[in-house]
Amino acid sequence: MAAFEKLVRQYDRQVFRIANHIVQNREDAEDVVQDAFLKAYEKLDQFQGNSKFYTWLVRIAVNEALMRLRKRRTGKMVSIDEDVETEEGSMPRDLADWSPDPEALYGQSEMGDILRKTIQGLPPGFRVVFVLRDVDGLSTEETAETLGLSIPAVKSRLLRARLQLRERLSRYFKRREPKQAQGGVK
Amino acid sequence: MLDQDAALPLRADLEEHLRSCEHCEITLNTTRKTIQIYRSHELYELPDDLRERLHQAILSKCRKC
Repeated sequence: MAAFEKLVRQYDRQVFRIANHIVQNREDAEDVVQDAFLKAYEKLDQFQGNSKFYTWLVRIAVNEALMRLRKRRTGKMVSIDEDVETEEGSMPRDLADWSPDPEALYGQSEMGDILRKTIQGLPPGFRVVFVLRDVDGLSTEETAETLGLSIPAVKSRLLRARLQLRERLSRYFKRREPKQAQGGVK
Repeated sequence: MLDQDAALPLRADLEEHLRSCEHCEITLNTTRKTIQIYRSHELYELPDDLRERLHQAILSKCRKC
C-alpha cells in the first residue's frame, strides 16, 4: 500500500489534468481520478511491465473519463473519435505574426481562461493527443498505445490539433501595431 | 521540424524554404509558441487540500478491496 501511495503522489496531477481535459467538469474529474487509481490498484497484478506504468495508468484514466462522459450524456456513445473529420485548421488561414511576448499581453488569470477556452474548442480526439504528446511529453508510440490509435493517426491528430490551436490563439496574440500619437496635446 | 524528427536532407530543404517563405516561417514559429505556452501553463491546478482529500479517498477505497 505504501508503494501504491507513492505512485498516487507521483501521478495524481497528470491524471487530474487529463481527466479535466476530457470531462471538462471539475466534479467528474475528481471522480475519474479516484476511479482510475482504484482500478489501477485492483488490476496491479495484470500490469506486466511491458509498457510504462504511467501510460498504463493514463489508459485506464482515459477510459474512465469517457465512461463518465457517456453517463452524463445518458447512454449516448462517447468516443475520442468524435469530430476528428473536421477540416478546420488543415490550412493555416491567419498569417499574422504574433507579438514577441504574447504572455505579457494578458494577466495570469486571463491567460488561463484564454488557453482553457481555446483548447476546450478542439474535438476531444485532438485535445487528448495534444495534451499527452505536447503537454505531458509522451512519445508518439506511447500516445498511440495509451489511446489505442495507430501511429499515423496520432501524428495526424497532433498536427491538426497544433494548427487549430495556433489558428484560434492568433486572434489573441497577433502583433499589435502601436497606436498613432494623438496630435494637439492639451 | 517541431519534433526534431526530420531526416537531415529533408531538414536542410525545409530550412532553405523557411529562409524565403515568410508564411511558413510565421506558421512554424507561432505553432512552436503555441506548444510552448501550453506546456508552461497548468490549466487544471490540483490544490493541496483537494489533493489530500483525493488521496485519502483513494487509499480508503483501496484498503477495502
